[in-house]
Amino acid sequence: MIQLTINGKPARFDGDPDMPLLWYLRDELALTGTKFGCGMGLCGACTVHVNGEAARSCLTPMREAAGKRITTIEGLSAAGEHPLQKAWEACNVPQCGYCQSGQIMQAAAMLKSKPHPTDQDIDSNMEGNICRCGTYQRIRQAIKMAAGVRA
Amino acid sequence: MTPTIENVSRRGFLGQIFSAGALVIAAPLAPKLKAAGNWQPSVYLGIEPDGTVKIVAHRSEMGTGCRTGLPMIVADELEADWTRVQVVQALGDAKYGSQNTDGSCSVRDFYDVLRAAGASARTMLENAAATKWGVPAEECHGQNHFVVHSKTDRKLAYGELVALASAAAAAEQGSIRLKTPDQFRYIGKDIPIVDLKPIVTGKAIFGIDAQMPGMVYAAIERPPVMGAALKSCDDAAAKQVKGVEQVVMLDLAKPPLGFKPLGGAAVIANNSWTALQGRKKLKVEWDLGEHAAYDSAAYKQAMLDTARKPGRVARELGDVDAEFTKGGNGVKIVEASYYTPMLAHAAMEPLAAVAEFKDGKVVTWTCTQNPQAVQETVARAVGIKKEDVVCHVTLLGGGFGRKSKPDYVAEAALLSKQVGKPVKIVWSREDDVQFDYFHSPAALYMKAAVDGQGHPTAWLQRSVFPPIAMQGNPNEEYGGFQLGMGWTDIPYPISNLRVENGPAKAHVRIGWLRSVSNIYHAFGVQTFTDELAAAAGRDRVEYLLELIGQPRVIDFSKEGMKQGGPNNPKFPFDTARLRNVIEVAAQKSGWANKKPAPGRALGIAAHRSFLTYVAAVVEVEVHGSEIRIPRVDIAVDAGRIINPDRVRSQFEGAAVFGTSVALMGEITAAGGRIQQSNFDRYPVARMNEAPLETHVHIVTNDAAPAGVGEPGVPPIAPAICNAIFAATGKRIRELPVKGQLS
Repeated sequence: MIQLTINGKPARFDGDPDMPLLWYLRDELALTGTKFGCGMGLCGACTVHVNGEAARSCLTPMREAAGKRITTIEGLSAAGEHPLQKAWEACNVPQCGYCQSGQIMQAAAMLKSKPHPTDQDIDSNMEGNICRCGTYQRIRQAIKMAAGVRA
Repeated sequence: MTPTIENVSRRGFLGQIFSAGALVIAAPLAPKLKAAGNWQPSVYLGIEPDGTVKIVAHRSEMGTGCRTGLPMIVADELEADWTRVQVVQALGDAKYGSQNTDGSCSVRDFYDVLRAAGASARTMLENAAATKWGVPAEECHGQNHFVVHSKTDRKLAYGELVALASAAAAAEQGSIRLKTPDQFRYIGKDIPIVDLKPIVTGKAIFGIDAQMPGMVYAAIERPPVMGAALKSCDDAAAKQVKGVEQVVMLDLAKPPLGFKPLGGAAVIANNSWTALQGRKKLKVEWDLGEHAAYDSAAYKQAMLDTARKPGRVARELGDVDAEFTKGGNGVKIVEASYYTPMLAHAAMEPLAAVAEFKDGKVVTWTCTQNPQAVQETVARAVGIKKEDVVCHVTLLGGGFGRKSKPDYVAEAALLSKQVGKPVKIVWSREDDVQFDYFHSPAALYMKAAVDGQGHPTAWLQRSVFPPIAMQGNPNEEYGGFQLGMGWTDIPYPISNLRVENGPAKAHVRIGWLRSVSNIYHAFGVQTFTDELAAAAGRDRVEYLLELIGQPRVIDFSKEGMKQGGPNNPKFPFDTARLRNVIEVAAQKSGWANKKPAPGRALGIAAHRSFLTYVAAVVEVEVHGSEIRIPRVDIAVDAGRIINPDRVRSQFEGAAVFGTSVALMGEITAAGGRIQQSNFDRYPVARMNEAPLETHVHIVTNDAAPAGVGEPGVPPIAPAICNAIFAATGKRIRELPVKGQLS
């Protein structure tokens, strides 16, 4: 039996400990805000926070999630009012929207260590998150807005 | 307050959207029906007694913003308060007319009828208020959810008028009072998409997120080469995986493949992961068949060779051959071959569907661009009538044309029929890449005779690509309608002009990808134009404008068009608009003042597609093999614009999509098998590779609204490559650029 904390609530799992956290969130808990994109850690759509750090849930087996605090897009902010979520809305970032949970979770983790990111910081922290619609320019703008740095 | 959205998980049929007391307006939708004077209901707009306005979005939302833009048109003419509008996603149903969300035509095809729908409802409310007050209807005006009689300073809320209005006959077609553009309340204004908040909070429901009670999960091992036959399948080990319930064989598709599910061996399990694990344990042997000989490198050379031989003539003016052989005073012959590779769609959301077959009917929830094709394809696959397929449309995590082809939905329905439970199918990324309907590889041959001033006196262009028509006829080798996409409609007034198409047979499924054939056709024409400008030592913007010539409206039927004709009387090809976007892009990019420097330069390309005129100026910085794109300026004339912010976002996105096409996208095959399977070997542009800044310059005018989803893509790759030439002297004639710069 694996015990862990999901968005502040205790959770347990008694299936295959090799199963990635992604599928536990999506198929077992119906927390579908975390997306499947590649299954190989190449696209970032499945990004969540594990003990506060950005992690690809498609590459995080349940055995490694044991005892950890997991935060998903649904738990980033109770009312959906994290500064990044507000900035995302103000900049009208999403097109199809599919990758945006992962983008926001990745950016939120970055801002904890780099509260005033440069363009280079943004590139190096966000290049693992693919947006096929091509919203990168607005993602950059929204991150800067949330961080209060000049665009 | 933002408009609330009917949750897609609420399984209401259309008739249940509205309460018993609601005013429900049926309006004409399909233009053909309208022209015949037939008011057959096909779109619904309802006003509840509490004043809530419900507008049905009948097209699919994959990121273009049409789920917001189309209701904006209705709400504008209705004079509805946008905060009191609910958008309801339509089921698949032929009564809506085409729901196939492709070809950049959602606004173009439905602008007039959606305006009429909103205006007819407003007219009925105005008439109802006039009756109530005993005043002439002409004195009553809908205004932001009220009908107002300004003479007597009275007003009634829309909700209060619903009962009276719904008892009256529908407004006569001639009595509907459409707004003038200066009266528009929403059209032309930036409105956030209705799904914005659900998206940023992770609550938006995509196809991959849809659930049905009691559903099981499937993963399918499909034939690895088109047309391969099953020799054997040993499923013993797969069945040993804990959580695997059974392995089901699906019949293999026979050509023509159309939208048919490919078939194969399906592992049914208790979650997605287990299904994938079980599938890995299948031991399947295939008889690969004729397409196992397909090797994309050899195929490329064969296409390039074909492009050097005479093909079918699609458009002809004057006598190209005579001009080529005539020679004379300073006349030079310039020729070049170009190649663009196969591409995969790779939307971020892989294909996904959940379906339940029960009592001879199918209910499905899926990310589809084409819910009516879902009905038809599923019905044919499981042997029922299409009316017995209920297709709920979720949000799409990107589509780019792939999600018009519902083979994946039929898989879920077939499996549900076999296992007796709802079945969810999620394609792995590897499935999504390898079992795509690929964007054709293409070879292009261009030849011109140029006079002493560098002007072409004869122009020959020939394209070769395996056509989309292979879906219906596996032996089809010619381009057909695809030739009208940036090839036969070349706008240069050259008196000796010939446009040709050579044959190529498909060895994989071919389909349409965002901008379709315009991608390679624009690459050929706009690169060759740049080559001629460079050979003549001319400024490339000036030269491009000269080739387009004086402003004129082109009547292709009088200019040698034989097939693939793009003539549309509502949207004539007006070269003044093409010239204008070139001038705007040049001016906004600072073209005249930014002279090329070693390693840094601008490139230009212009192209009309989906009836929209686009010019792009791209700035590149080249350091060795590394390319950065600091800035893109795109000028767009798409006629009337509904939601400018969404138009800008489409063209920002097109610059990124076009960057992937230009720099890194390539699908190859060996032994009939696709060699790429995930984002490691099929890279797409990431944040650090995408243009840093894309500036979109919308030319505003009153022309009929044209497309915006696709037309931004075609000019990007040639503009990038023309910039690379200006910066380095290296001419790029094959895509992708990756690996060609030292």
